[in-house]
Amino acid sequence: LSHGSGGKAMRDLIEGLILPALGASSATPLEDQARIDVLETLGTGGQIAFTTDSYVVDPLSFPGGDIGTLAVNGTVNDLAVGGARPIVLSCSLILEEGLPFTILEKMMCSMAQAAQAARVRIVTGDTKVVPRGSADKMFINTAGIGIIPTGVHLEIARIRPGDQLLLNGHLGDHGAAILKARGDLSLDADVESDCQPLNGIIAALLMAAPGTRCIRDVTRGGLATVLNEFAAGAGVGMRIVEDSIPVRPVVRGICEVLGLDPLYLANEGKLLAVVPKEEAGAALDALRSCPEGTYAGVIGEVLAGPPGRVVLSSHFGGERIVDMLVGEQLPRIC
Amino acid sequence: MSFSPDQTATLGEEVRVRGLVQGVGFRPAVWRLARDCGLSGDVCNDGKGVLIRIWGPASERDRFLIRLRDEPPPLARIDEVVRGYLCEDPPEGTFSISTSRSGEVHTGAVPDAATCPACLQEIFDPFNRRYRYPFTNCTHCGPRFSILEDIPYDRAHTSMNIFPLCKDCRAEYENPEDRRFHAQPVACHACGPKARLVRLDGHAVSADRYTQLDAVDAATNLLKRGEIVLIKGLGGFHLACDATNDHAVSALRLRKHRPHKPLALMARDLEIVRRYAHVSHAEENLLQSHQAPIVLLNRLNTDSLAFDIAPGMQRLGFMLPYTPLHHLLMRRMDRPIVLTSGNLSDAPQVVDDAAAVRALRGVTDWMLTHDRAIINRVDDSVIQMAGDDTMMLRRGRGYAPESLPLPEGFDASPDLLALGGELKNTFCLIKDGQAILSQHMGDLEQAAVWDDTVRNHALYARIFQHVPKAVVVDRHPEYLSRKWGVEISEKSDLPLISVQHHHAHIAAVMAEHRLPLDHPPIIALALDGMGLGDAGALWGCECLQVSYCEIRHLGGLRPSALPGGNLAMREPWRNALVQFADAFGWPVARQRFTNLSIMEYLGKKPVEQLLHMRDRNVCTPLCSSAGRLFDAVSAVCGLCMDRVSYEGQAAMLLEASVDLSVMGNASEPGYPFEIAESEKHFIQMDPRTLWSPLLDDLQGGIPVETIAARFHKGLAASLVQLIRRTLGATPWTTTVALSGGVFQNLTLLRATREALESLGLEVLVPHLIPANDGGLAFGQAVVAAAQIVT
Ligand SMILES: [Fe+3]
Ligand SMILES: [Mg+2]
Ligand SMILES: [Zn+2]
Ligand SMILES: [Zn+2]
Repeated sequence: LSHGSGGKAMRDLIEGLILPALGASSATPLEDQARIDVLETLGTGGQIAFTTDSYVVDPLSFPGGDIGTLAVNGTVNDLAVGGARPIVLSCSLILEEGLPFTILEKMMCSMAQAAQAARVRIVTGDTKVVPRGSADKMFINTAGIGIIPTGVHLEIARIRPGDQLLLNGHLGDHGAAILKARGDLSLDADVESDCQPLNGIIAALLMAAPGTRCIRDVTRGGLATVLNEFAAGAGVGMRIVEDSIPVRPVVRGICEVLGLDPLYLANEGKLLAVVPKEEAGAALDALRSCPEGTYAGVIGEVLAGPPGRVVLSSHFGGERIVDMLVGEQLPRIC
Repeated sequence: MSFSPDQTATLGEEVRVRGLVQGVGFRPAVWRLARDCGLSGDVCNDGKGVLIRIWGPASERDRFLIRLRDEPPPLARIDEVVRGYLCEDPPEGTFSISTSRSGEVHTGAVPDAATCPACLQEIFDPFNRRYRYPFTNCTHCGPRFSILEDIPYDRAHTSMNIFPLCKDCRAEYENPEDRRFHAQPVACHACGPKARLVRLDGHAVSADRYTQLDAVDAATNLLKRGEIVLIKGLGGFHLACDATNDHAVSALRLRKHRPHKPLALMARDLEIVRRYAHVSHAEENLLQSHQAPIVLLNRLNTDSLAFDIAPGMQRLGFMLPYTPLHHLLMRRMDRPIVLTSGNLSDAPQVVDDAAAVRALRGVTDWMLTHDRAIINRVDDSVIQMAGDDTMMLRRGRGYAPESLPLPEGFDASPDLLALGGELKNTFCLIKDGQAILSQHMGDLEQAAVWDDTVRNHALYARIFQHVPKAVVVDRHPEYLSRKWGVEISEKSDLPLISVQHHHAHIAAVMAEHRLPLDHPPIIALALDGMGLGDAGALWGCECLQVSYCEIRHLGGLRPSALPGGNLAMREPWRNALVQFADAFGWPVARQRFTNLSIMEYLGKKPVEQLLHMRDRNVCTPLCSSAGRLFDAVSAVCGLCMDRVSYEGQAAMLLEASVDLSVMGNASEPGYPFEIAESEKHFIQMDPRTLWSPLLDDLQGGIPVETIAARFHKGLAASLVQLIRRTLGATPWTTTVALSGGVFQNLTLLRATREALESLGLEVLVPHLIPANDGGLAFGQAVVAAAQIVT
């Protein structure tokens, strides 16, 4: 790839590769912005949700996904956890000079497939090629717009003591897959990233449990980080129960060798929902009825206090504080 | 000294006494002495201590002060006496105790003290009204800090406030001639707390089914019968069982999830202790002191104790009864009992009945409890003797929260709060030029320990009227103590001072030995598991040049990988693998030492993965840890390969297996460390050279006991060499301080110390401040104080 400035080469790249790959036709004139018919889409009113995120991952492909699937699902999930139905995405590419076309093509293909699976359209975008060394292969920024129906108000401030904490499946798959893809594992571990869109399962959850307080997708920093943000944001305590947190044996095995804690490992297709106790049963059924939630479970509960504190209760009944990490998982023991 | 040429003239004098003089029966002692000496005047408490005014002839005033110095009340500690003239006339009448100066708050608190001989005599005297009363106490003994809720220290601010005094007790309380004058927890059968035997399975129990006497005696019968009994003590609950009963001890370990960690023992008297352990004169004094700590004693070769009291250890932790309840319980026990903290696994000792029942109903069906609440958890203190010196391992009951005087130059320090480390956490206040080190709190990551710590800190702030001007923390970004400190400093807008881990370890020793603030830098060895050093490095075996204000890193152990980070702290085999790979390269090592049991063990482990992680620098920080080197040797010797079940287990097993005759034999070699100067004159001890001779010995069938001794010898010798090489850079000093948890290893300490002393160096080691991270807070506080003052 060597497409320096805007001109013809760039137009060829966009019209020849990117647009077809993303399923847009080059017959429609290229405008500078997407246009969404608000009335038609909104119907009964509600709110527009708007989010953006940039995706940087090394390596570009990993078991279970690649930077393309991440870029779509990540933004879709950021919309979905706010209760929004994702509608459209933008896609902005920063490409390093010399990136093979085949890789670009593959990533665009992944984006298109991921968008289709998540039922969103990629409607606008931008592409820049920068000199070698100015970027690492390829960076993707996606922004997304979604519609939050009337009556849906997912907010951390609504969390109350007694609420139940629901997780839709195994922790740490993505983190483990990245370790494997980077060649950090010499063990032959059969792991795949959990990278997947969560808008479907969230819609099902909100239908079954309209009182749901808030939802967060569990990504970098892991479950521990989300719980701490919830606890600090709502001024409540949280308790999770070790035995109820699903971790695949292979991921647990990796953690036991590398000394990592699955609670801090990254995920790309997991959500944590805070649901009032009386709706927890219905919420759990709804989660489990979706393919993304087969292994869903109640993993803990919200406590009155101490504010901001998350504890993990272990087999033996002891409770360990699970704090947000300042840096990497650094040994502490003297 | 006298103030008047006329020895017989009646003159007035004001005497100010500072130290531990409040709440210990100091005023009645003064009152009795003054009357003995025929002096008039008065005595009162105030914010600075005790103020005495005496009128009488100079000779009698002198005699009074000499006697006060020589026979203070048992729990008092006099730091300073300042005398000055009084021009006023003496007050009317004889000597009196005045009520405390108005407007002044009595701050501070006194540690709990073991039952005094006078009270002991009363509880075993059938004609005394306190016969068999389990909560007997007086001014010279009994609960203090553990029942304190607030200041001033009077009954209303303790958990005795629900027990109104009966007529007899009140008379004692109000009589200055009585041993119980103003003893706040004073009580008797009629008015005080009562012991009760409870069945945790919900069944009713009547003690008289088990005894003719009372609930405490019934518990004795249960213990004799082999039952485990949960006992509410002074600073927390204990689990007890007959220490000679294999079945009971195994059941206790199993149910408590404590497979190996040594269990503490209590024996009725010294005579029984001597059946199982050697007791030196100093150890005898320590056991019988009013602090009554657990003392680690060299075990005798008797097999009548249960087999797994202290697996693999050469020492036993014994204490003597320290409350009347314990004395009564042990009265008919002619053998030791296990008395271990009432908790599961690593959780802190429980202190209230409901929590005890909740947490421990699966461990036992029996609870001996009472209705006096424990307000503050205070764990039993643990001490060992290093030669003639005490070495505190866990500072709790009997010692905390006694204030510690600071060396010259520290009077100018502002009040500070230092928050300590992570495991074995304690915190430390600096208040009016003194340090107040909290009791052992424990692993802050345990939610219950954290709760205790926060509550305890609020209590200390209240009882010492402490408002810090700065907050002091370790540098480690993930220590919860640091995060807490950051929060406090932001909330209260206080400066945050970070102190390097090993600097704090060494500063603690310096301050304990009263080196003045402006003392020139000394040389120090800090050996422990791990602490954050300079530039993000992980340290644990360092030679430092230390003043209170700063350190220079002169030398240390060559860093090794910690594959798996925290896991390398728990799984000794990981360190063995790394040492093999460093010394020989793994393929060579594997071939050369195939017949060793550690190799067979490693064959079943994901060795390739760990080496791969090390090569790729994933989850494998480098650390120059002495603790991990001990782990590696312990694993290679087959003593502890898989996983430690308590902190320091592998290293302690290695120390316990040392053949002392080899240690003492000067012609026996130690395994060599290569000592080399690297860049910037940094002197590095390289452990790679010790492995070849060590493994040859192991393959050649040399006993592990000899190998353990040779390792200790080699390490001590190289530490001494390290010091010698650095002395050139610090010609002004002949003082060397040793600290860090690894120096709790007495074999290593003795060998290092003796060699250094034979070079004419003065060696400072910790005594009452723990060498482990329990002493960090104290060290942090003095470093910060020095930095602020200077
Ligand atoms: Fe340390
Ligand atoms: Mg937190
Ligand atoms: Zn007494
Ligand atoms: Zn009474």
